[in-house]
Amino acid sequence: MKKVVSVGLAAAMVVSMAACGGGETAETTAAPETSAASGDTADTQAEAADDAAEGMEEFVIGSTGPLTGSAASYGTSVKQGEEIAIQEINEAGGVKVGDTTYKLVLNFQDDEAKEDKAVTAFNTLVDAGMGAYVGAVTTGSCLAQTDLSYEANILQITPSASAEAVTVNPNVFRLCFTDPLQGQMIAQYVIDNGYESVAVLWNNADEYSAGIHDAFVESLESQDAGLLVADESFATGDVDFNTQLTQIKNSGAKLLFVPAYYGDVAYIVQQAKDAGMDCDFVGSDGWDGILGQVTDATLVEGAVFLSPFLATEDSAADFVSKYEAAYGATPDQFAADGYDCVYVVKAAMEQAGSVETDALIQAMTEITVDGLTGQVTFDASGEPTKSAKFVQIVNGEYTAM
Amino acid sequence: MLTSIMEQLINGLRTGSIYALIALGYTMVYGIAKMINFAHGDIIMVGAYTLYIGIALLHLPVIPAMLLTAAVCSVLGMLIEKIAYKPLRKAPPLAVLITAIGMSYFLQSVALLIFSSTPIPFKSVINLEAVQLGTVNISGITIVTLAVTTLIMICLTLFINKTKAGSAMRAVSEDRGAAELMGINVNRTISMTFAIGSALAAVAGILYICQYQSLRPTLGALPGIKAFVAAVLGGIGSVPGAMLGGIVLGLIESLSKAYISTELADAIVFGVLVVVLLVRPSGLLGKKKLVKV
Repeated sequence: MKKVVSVGLAAAMVVSMAACGGGETAETTAAPETSAASGDTADTQAEAADDAAEGMEEFVIGSTGPLTGSAASYGTSVKQGEEIAIQEINEAGGVKVGDTTYKLVLNFQDDEAKEDKAVTAFNTLVDAGMGAYVGAVTTGSCLAQTDLSYEANILQITPSASAEAVTVNPNVFRLCFTDPLQGQMIAQYVIDNGYESVAVLWNNADEYSAGIHDAFVESLESQDAGLLVADESFATGDVDFNTQLTQIKNSGAKLLFVPAYYGDVAYIVQQAKDAGMDCDFVGSDGWDGILGQVTDATLVEGAVFLSPFLATEDSAADFVSKYEAAYGATPDQFAADGYDCVYVVKAAMEQAGSVETDALIQAMTEITVDGLTGQVTFDASGEPTKSAKFVQIVNGEYTAM
Repeated sequence: MLTSIMEQLINGLRTGSIYALIALGYTMVYGIAKMINFAHGDIIMVGAYTLYIGIALLHLPVIPAMLLTAAVCSVLGMLIEKIAYKPLRKAPPLAVLITAIGMSYFLQSVALLIFSSTPIPFKSVINLEAVQLGTVNISGITIVTLAVTTLIMICLTLFINKTKAGSAMRAVSEDRGAAELMGINVNRTISMTFAIGSALAAVAGILYICQYQSLRPTLGALPGIKAFVAAVLGGIGSVPGAMLGGIVLGLIESLSKAYISTELADAIVFGVLVVVLLVRPSGLLGKKKLVKV
């Protein structure tokens, strides 16, 4: 009798450890379906581009990001943004580099926002002969790839991985702003808006969330140490935040800062409401996409988060209409990041007058790209110079502040 | 401070009562069939998706959708027993255990194939306003969860102790061979146990998604494991033990998250389990049994 129970307990541990593993294998099986579905549009575009681009050489832009899994919205958006940019460039006659004209081709691999998948996906792209790499979409995946891209000597531009460590290698550039910068901007937001007490709820198992949290806390305490009344954390995969939210509620915080991805945020705002909290919310750029994940938009009404891009602005109108026509959805900042990255690669190719990696890297610091996410230049450390916008959710819509 | 402690206790009670509901399924099946049904956690997931299909896709009213969920889970539970476990009734426990784990992965994979791994938002069907008791806030879903689990536990206790079918279940759990000789239909009793256990999992599934409002194919895995631990903590095979184990586990989890450390909460929960099993190897309310060697 006791034996059965102890065998059972041992098996419970195995199951709990293997639970993630099992999910992964199965997710891979599910993946082709999704990519096949979205592949249809890509195919038609590629055909259209084929007609316009006969006799050109091909330049492959490799890219990875999550197309399935809990961060799927980010990867899908980046991919679709890139597809629009590539279609535009090819329709306008491709990229002229010296005497050769290149037609751009996108090879996008699903990494499910997981490090091991990201490594496999990157190696697949190297084998496929990519000329430049745009990725990865999420920070963890990107960190797993930067040494590989350095060894393979490929220009890497990440549209959205925001941890500082991403751009350590000289071949890696970043289009979005960094985690610490976001933390500092939110700390400034707290002070500028005169909040007397603020709480932070962050994912201590995630580089992105921890990076923002650390800079936020440091920046806030250097200005006014008494403001932070609660500092609570959770782990990736948690769905129950009631305990942390109860602590935050009873700390009397007037504002809750959640530097996390929209999947977690959806649980948090719902449970905050159930717990009877009425504080304001402020978030990092991972909040983009939250309106698609909450069951009730009033939960996030009035919430503010950082974003480099807003679809309702005039400068984005052309891109938004093309995107909506092709995918039936409003583009988010990730789509805009993906779009801009392709134009950055194009600008670097033209500036370099070559498609060799060393020349491309050299050219990166010399270009200025007027993108959807603002005007951007890069320095030799790989960091962009650009500004961030605050976005507020008003009447269930993302609006500029 | 007092408000905070009260609210954390209520959080713990709510999580704990869901664990208790699931643990009842483990413990009943263990009591009757002497096996640990690891697919039990995934029945919760099937329940959650069935409710989603019923309400969001078939547009059924809430009550029929819930009944459908309970029916689908009960039938699934009986089917799993007939197809996967019954042929192995005389096999060594390890073979049955592996089959159960296989069944768990099978259910998860089927859900992945049908619904993909992207979380599906689902609007709660329980819309009860929160209640303010002094400074303590109790959310609607908490009240419903506590009421439903208490009611189910009372009904289940009455069923097991007062009805003929309940006596049959107790008899089979005491001694299957003797029960058969006394004219009890053992196969039917086992089927009934799986049906009841799975219906309880369906209820847990409904409460779970009404609280968390998001569906994933792996959503049953973690509560399933926690509930199994609760069943062992309370004494596996004992119905009151499963209830107590679930609630104790929920309270420890909530209090250690709030006052000790979020990161260490799971370690503390499992640490308590280890200590309890060292002191009382058969669990809090488990019966000591002498095994003749």
